[in-house]
Amino acid sequence: MRALQLGNFEKAMSADAIWACVSCQTCSTRCPQSVDCAGVMDILREGALGRGLASPAQRSVVVFQQAFLNNIRRNGRLDEIELIAEFKLRALPSERSLPFLFKDAGLAPKLQKRKKLHLRGEKVNDRAVVRRIFERCGDGQHE
Amino acid sequence: MKLAYYPGCALHGSSNDYEQSLRACLGKLEVEPQEIKEWICCGATAAHALNHKLSIALPARNLALAEQQGFEEMLAPCPMCSMQLRKAAKLMDEDASLRREISSVIEAEVTGRVQVLNLIQVLQRIGPERIKPAVKNPLADLKPACYYGCLLTRPPAIVQFDDPEQPSSMETIVKVLGAKPVDWNFRTECCGAGMTMAKEETVLELSQRILADAQRHGANCVVTACPMCHVNLDMKQHDIEQHAGAHFGLPVYYLTDLVGLALGISREELGIDRHFVT
Repeated sequence: MRALQLGNFEKAMSADAIWACVSCQTCSTRCPQSVDCAGVMDILREGALGRGLASPAQRSVVVFQQAFLNNIRRNGRLDEIELIAEFKLRALPSERSLPFLFKDAGLAPKLQKRKKLHLRGEKVNDRAVVRRIFERCGDGQHE
Repeated sequence: MKLAYYPGCALHGSSNDYEQSLRACLGKLEVEPQEIKEWICCGATAAHALNHKLSIALPARNLALAEQQGFEEMLAPCPMCSMQLRKAAKLMDEDASLRREISSVIEAEVTGRVQVLNLIQVLQRIGPERIKPAVKNPLADLKPACYYGCLLTRPPAIVQFDDPEQPSSMETIVKVLGAKPVDWNFRTECCGAGMTMAKEETVLELSQRILADAQRHGANCVVTACPMCHVNLDMKQHDIEQHAGAHFGLPVYYLTDLVGLALGISREELGIDRHFVT
């Protein structure tokens, strides 16, 4: 916030903090000056991404959010396994570890046992309209 | 009560136990929410973090579909979906040009006729006067820590529900069921929400503080109305215990589990047997 007040937008957009934020809305709710801090975080993230300023140290969060949007763009609804697969494969170059790739694989049988695992996610019928909505919002495929 | 149902991705994914619980519980109270045909994801954190316009357009499409299908009220049991839907509706209410722009983006009119309700609001509409006489098994042994998390009560200008610092709506309901909710401090703290995959350490740390405070105040279970809170506190509880070097062993119930149990529905029908901590 201080960086923004001082007009140092690049510093704010390159900060790790904007990707560590969990968007819990506590700051916006409690700010005595009614500053929508969580909304500012959103604007900074969108700006950082558009300008290539997103902190490399926070790559896993950036990649996760991008993989999420790619998934919705394709299916209209979230396919959890497809999301995890895309996230892990794209995050891998920075994480560089096989334990990272397989860390959550042990959950699969436990979820299966509880009928919580869906090998194929749901898709909406009219996926073309979903793609057109994404295009009109200027949201292309995230690579 | 003709009620549209927007499940959202979680309730049709790994949180399908929440949908099972909700349908069993509301069915017993003679409320049958009808799923909106062709609903799409609300965009969740990914959309509001990366693309503002998309974070309005995706929920708006669902509001428009509900209108087209003749509904005036919509249940969105996931607080993230519920908040995003209400936020889109509010922004379009306040700005006619935004409403026109979004309507053209989503290829459908949104007039703003549909009101979005969270799960607790639907139970409030049904009312304690209908729930109380239907209680067959009072939950006298339960001392739940009622956990609201972030988005049920925040941001207050959007969700316009309960008190963002001292909420009481869940406690009111569980008392009707005969349970004795504990007084504790972490009712509206965040569990780490959607960071489960992307930044697991955030979830482990935030969640351990919540479970530790619940335990410290004598709770013997946690109750939530959010699929993400449930995933983090239930599915991850073993990992959280390892991270904290502590033992919690706290079952985490959906609010509809407790209402359902009190109304005499079995654990299996509610899907409680599918939770991780039992």
